[in-house]
Amino acid sequence: MSTDNEADRPDTEHLPELRGRERLAAPVKRTGMFGTATTGDTSGYGGLRVRERAPLASTRPFTDPDDPRTADFDRVADALEAALGATGDESSVERVAVDRGEITFHVRREALTAVARVLRDDPALRYELCTGVAGVHFPDDTGRELHAVYHFRSITHNSEIRVETACPDADPHVPSIVSVYPTNDWHEREAWDFFGIVFDGHPALTRIQMPDDWHGHPQRKDYPLGGVPVEYRGATVPPPDERRSYQ
Amino acid sequence: MTVTEDYIDASGGDWDEVIEKAQATSAERLVVNMGPQHPSTHGVLRLILTLDGETVTEARVGIGYLHTGIEKNLEYRTWTQGTTFVTRMDYLTPLFNEAAYCLSVEKLLGIDDRIPERASVIRVMLMELNRMASHFVAMATFGMELGATTVMTNGFREREMILDIFELVTGLRMNHAYVRPGGVAQDLPPGTVGKVRELLKEMPKRITTMRKLLDENPVYLARTKDVAYLNLPGCMALGVTGPLLRASGLAWDLRKAKPYCGYEGYEFDVPVSDGGDVYARYRVRIAEMEESLKIVEQCLDKLAPGPVMIEDAKIGWPAKLALGPDGMGNSPDHIAHIMSGSMEALIHHFKLVTEGFRVPAGQAYAAVESAKGELGCYAVSDGGTRPYRVHFRDPSFTHLQAVAAMCEGGTVADVVAAVASIDPVMGGVDR
Repeated sequence: MSTDNEADRPDTEHLPELRGRERLAAPVKRTGMFGTATTGDTSGYGGLRVRERAPLASTRPFTDPDDPRTADFDRVADALEAALGATGDESSVERVAVDRGEITFHVRREALTAVARVLRDDPALRYELCTGVAGVHFPDDTGRELHAVYHFRSITHNSEIRVETACPDADPHVPSIVSVYPTNDWHEREAWDFFGIVFDGHPALTRIQMPDDWHGHPQRKDYPLGGVPVEYRGATVPPPDERRSYQ
Repeated sequence: MTVTEDYIDASGGDWDEVIEKAQATSAERLVVNMGPQHPSTHGVLRLILTLDGETVTEARVGIGYLHTGIEKNLEYRTWTQGTTFVTRMDYLTPLFNEAAYCLSVEKLLGIDDRIPERASVIRVMLMELNRMASHFVAMATFGMELGATTVMTNGFREREMILDIFELVTGLRMNHAYVRPGGVAQDLPPGTVGKVRELLKEMPKRITTMRKLLDENPVYLARTKDVAYLNLPGCMALGVTGPLLRASGLAWDLRKAKPYCGYEGYEFDVPVSDGGDVYARYRVRIAEMEESLKIVEQCLDKLAPGPVMIEDAKIGWPAKLALGPDGMGNSPDHIAHIMSGSMEALIHHFKLVTEGFRVPAGQAYAAVESAKGELGCYAVSDGGTRPYRVHFRDPSFTHLQAVAAMCEGGTVADVVAAVASIDPVMGGVDR
C-alpha cells in the first residue's frame, strides 16, 4: 500500500517520463539475473539491471483513513514528538516510515535509550512490552550496515510500533536498552552473537547460541558458509550462496 | 544469612579435583550443572545452580545446545520453502510457527485480506488443536518430572488423538509445512470433519479426567501452590506473555487484542488467574483447552466449501495433491492439466516451484498467540524470491529469562516445577 500522498506532489512528478529518468539515475544495485559471480554458471541472462530504491520516508499524515491498521499512527507520532521535545532532543527520530500498516521510527543510535525510556514511561505511549531486538545486516548500506530492529507493544493502548537504528560495520556500537526493558537481555546477546552488534551498557554481553569460543558472527551476510565435500573426485557441493539460483 | 564469596565449583572438570577442593575448604555453597542432559529440563537446557544446602541462591540458564541455524537457512530457500524450516523451530507448536511466518509473508505481499475464508478457518482450527496438544505435553512432562506418571501417560494419550487428526490433514504428526503463504497446502481430506467431531465428543471427558486427577490433588497442590511466583510487573519487565502472563492476572491475548486469521469472529473467553504460581499456570492452561474446544466447534460450523489457496496465479502454489494408492502425491488431474491442457498453467507451475514468487522489498512483523505466548515473526525482503532475513521472537526463549526470578531463594526441587511451568521447548529457544 502506497502511503505517498499523490495529490500533494507537484504535477511534474506525475509525468512518467520524469519518473523514468529518476529511476535510471538511481545507482545500480546489481546486474544479471543470477547472482553467481563465483561459479562457472553462464546460463543466467546478464543484461538485467536492478536499481536501488531510496529509503522509504513517509510524510504526515501517517494515518490513512482507508487503512484501519494505521488508525493511531498520528497519535503515537505526536505523543512521541511531544515527549522527546520535553527532553530537549527533537532530532532523535531521523525519519518515519509507514508501510504495510506498520509504522517504523528510525532513531539515531545515540538517542535510543532515551527513546526507549520515553516509550515505556510516557502515559500517552506506554509501550510496556518490548518483544526483543533483531539484527539485520545490509552490507551495501554504506555507513549503516548493521540495523537493530525493535518491536514495542503497548497493552494500555493496544498499539504496536517498530523502532529501527543503525550503526556502521566499522563502529558496531548501539546502546543497550536492558536498563529500560530487562527482557532485552537475551535478545541483545543474540543480536551480538549473530551480527556482532555491541550493545554498550549490557550487563553481560556474551554469546548465547554459538559456543563461547566461536569466531565470527554467523548471520552476517559476509559470513563464509563453506561447502560440503562429496566423494566424487574431490568435488564439493558449493555453499548455498554460490549455487546457481534465482534472485 | 551470610553469603560467603567462597564456593565449591562442581559444574565440570575432574571429580577427584572437585572432591579434593571441597574437602580442603569450608565453603557451604556449591555450583552444579543441572543439564544439559537432565531428564527434567525439557531437552538440552543447562541450568547452572548455586546451592546453599537445598536452597538455590543463584540460577543461571545456559542455552544454545540445539541451535540449528534455521533463520540463516531460510535465507537460501524460497519463501514457500520457508515453512518447512519454521515448522521445526518449536516442534510442539509447528502450526503456530507456520502461521506466524505465513502471516508476515502475506503482510509483505500485501495479500492479507485476500486469503480465502476456508483457509483461515482451517488455520484457526489446526492452531487451536495444536494449542491443546501443546498444553497436554506441558502437563504430561510436568507430571513426569514430579513423578506422576499417570499424568504423563494420560497427557500423551490425549495428545495422540489430536496428532491423528494432524496426520490425516497434513500427512505428518509433526513438522507439517501445511500452512503456506497464501493459504494452506491442500484442502481437508474426506472424513476430517467426522474425526474432529469425534474428538469434540471425547475430549471434554478426557479434560475432565485430567482435572479430576490434578485440580484438587493434595500432592500436586503441595508441589505447585506458591511455587515459582512471578507477579505482573515481573512478567512485563521480562517480556513474559501467554499462559504465564494470564496466570499473573492480566487477560492479554493477541487473539482478542490484535485478531488475525479471523479470530474476531469466534466466541471464546480468555482464562485468567491471579495466583502467579505454578498451579495458576496449570489452571490457565487447562481452561484454555476447554476454550480451544469451543473455537474448534465454531470452526466446523464456519467451514464452507471454497478454495484454500489464494486465487492469484503469481503466488498460489499450483500443485494439487491427491491421495493415491501409494500415499500422498501429485493429483493426476493437475498433471493432465499442465501437461496437455494449459501452457500458462505449466509455466506458472514451473516458475513457482523452481523460482518461487517475488516479494516486494520491505519489512513486516506478524505475531500470533501461540500456546506459549506471543510468537512473532519479523521478515525482511529485498524484493527477491528468498527471504533476506527472518527473525522469530520465540516465547520460550524470552520466558527462560524468568528462571532466575522464579527459582532463586527456592529449593532445588522447585526448580523442576518452575522450568516445567514455563513449558520451554528448546527447538524454539535455540532455533
